[in-house]
Amino acid sequence: MRIFDPHIHMTSRTTDDYQAMYAAGVRAVVEPAFWLGQPRTHPASFFDYFDALLGWEPFRAAQYGIAHHCTIALNPKEAGDPRCLPVLDELPRYLVKDGVVAVGEIGYDSMTPAEDTALATQLQLAADHELPALVHTPHRDKAAGLTRTLDLVRESSLPIERVLIDHLNETTVDAATDSGCWRGFSIYPDTKMDPARMVALLRSHGTERVLVNSAADWGRSDPLTPRQVGEAMLAAGFTEDEVDLVLWRNPVEFYGLSGRLDLSVAEPLSGTHEGNSILRGGE
Amino acid sequence: MTEHQSDRLHALRTALEDRARDWLERALSEPDTLELSFAAAGRACGPAHATGVRVALLAAHGPDGERLGRLYQHGTAAERLAVLRALPELPLGTDGLPLVHDALRTNDPRLVAEALGRYGARYLTPHDWRQAVLKCLFTGIPLTEVYGLARRCAGDAELARMLRDFADERTAAGRPVPDDLHHALELTTATRDPAVPGEHQPPSQRSPFNQQSPFSQEA
Repeated sequence: MRIFDPHIHMTSRTTDDYQAMYAAGVRAVVEPAFWLGQPRTHPASFFDYFDALLGWEPFRAAQYGIAHHCTIALNPKEAGDPRCLPVLDELPRYLVKDGVVAVGEIGYDSMTPAEDTALATQLQLAADHELPALVHTPHRDKAAGLTRTLDLVRESSLPIERVLIDHLNETTVDAATDSGCWRGFSIYPDTKMDPARMVALLRSHGTERVLVNSAADWGRSDPLTPRQVGEAMLAAGFTEDEVDLVLWRNPVEFYGLSGRLDLSVAEPLSGTHEGNSILRGGE
Repeated sequence: MTEHQSDRLHALRTALEDRARDWLERALSEPDTLELSFAAAGRACGPAHATGVRVALLAAHGPDGERLGRLYQHGTAAERLAVLRALPELPLGTDGLPLVHDALRTNDPRLVAEALGRYGARYLTPHDWRQAVLKCLFTGIPLTEVYGLARRCAGDAELARMLRDFADERTAAGRPVPDDLHHALELTTATRDPAVPGEHQPPSQRSPFNQQSPFSQEA
């Protein structure tokens, strides 16, 4: 089972996690730029962090045979802090980097005017740089947040087919499906979505344009939940090919929209998959 | 352009596919877009040729110390590596040393190794060079990565002392001593070339050495 986790915050995970992920079949990850726990108060804090997403973290991942790419953005939470807004001006020089496969995570946290501006600005940056966008739906007032998000995407010049809307659940999946966006689901141990519910959603809403991630970060989360979803799918009667579509080919296709996916670092799986041809990224 | 640079460009042009080659020709002819080309070299020419292309772009456009420093500071690990590799080909004198020191402080062994290439071999002070060699032994970077190892080890009694102390420390901890260490220790017993920077000599202010004699004092 080859796995591409399309949303995981490796900065907050130990090297033991990389080992366990590799053993579970993870061969590629995308790490979205996000908050660190302790709020940042200077733009320079972001730049060192972005540099880490383009330097140290891909290096750490490569030590374990995992290809690491990132998304870059001013995240929803810190977009509300005026001290952090100058970060938006520096984004263009990051968005041209080889290792950046999308603008993200962007979206709403508390639904403020400042967040409106940051979201609109960054959707435009994605369009300008021919990158897709990773959009986070808020944890509070989620359905309303999704509606407002979709409105802003439609107002932007970024086509909805190049937008991944993440952290979806039963109350938001229909609106997301109708919009034509890519649909992201985050599987946490206790809260949000779990493997059984995910399998039910795959049954009712299909496997096309679906991405499953662990969104593992500082909180109680588990980088191995995508594997659990794969196993739950097989147990529920989905085929190996369907599992591979959801856990590998869909993330490759979505992030391949950037034209920058380079999976050559990813070590081939032992056993059933041989050779490097399966690891070539989408263009 | 030197003959070596010309050969290298020819090899790149031959190896690249049509679209990548066209991209390279455009990038070589447009000095104002160096920053953009530098960033996009990987996706434009493929991961196998990215470093070679970046070095060729730097050699062709010859950015000054300030612009080069910005390319380095704003660079991903891959871009920084290319800057370090290109240092010997740029008219910098010792101006590239701060970048070498930055790379030596990192935790990325690829950058540490690159910092000990031709430019570092020439301009690092004896103290800093010894510390860097020790860092290689600590972090498992093979000493074969260190340019001019034999010439700088020769006659270096202080390096020999540091190597023996490190070997003693490892042995006392019941841990293996890297094979490289014994090799380096042996190299210190050779007679020192007087052209190699000594204890009290500042790094040479002359223009970058040519390929034939890396430590030549001739311009």
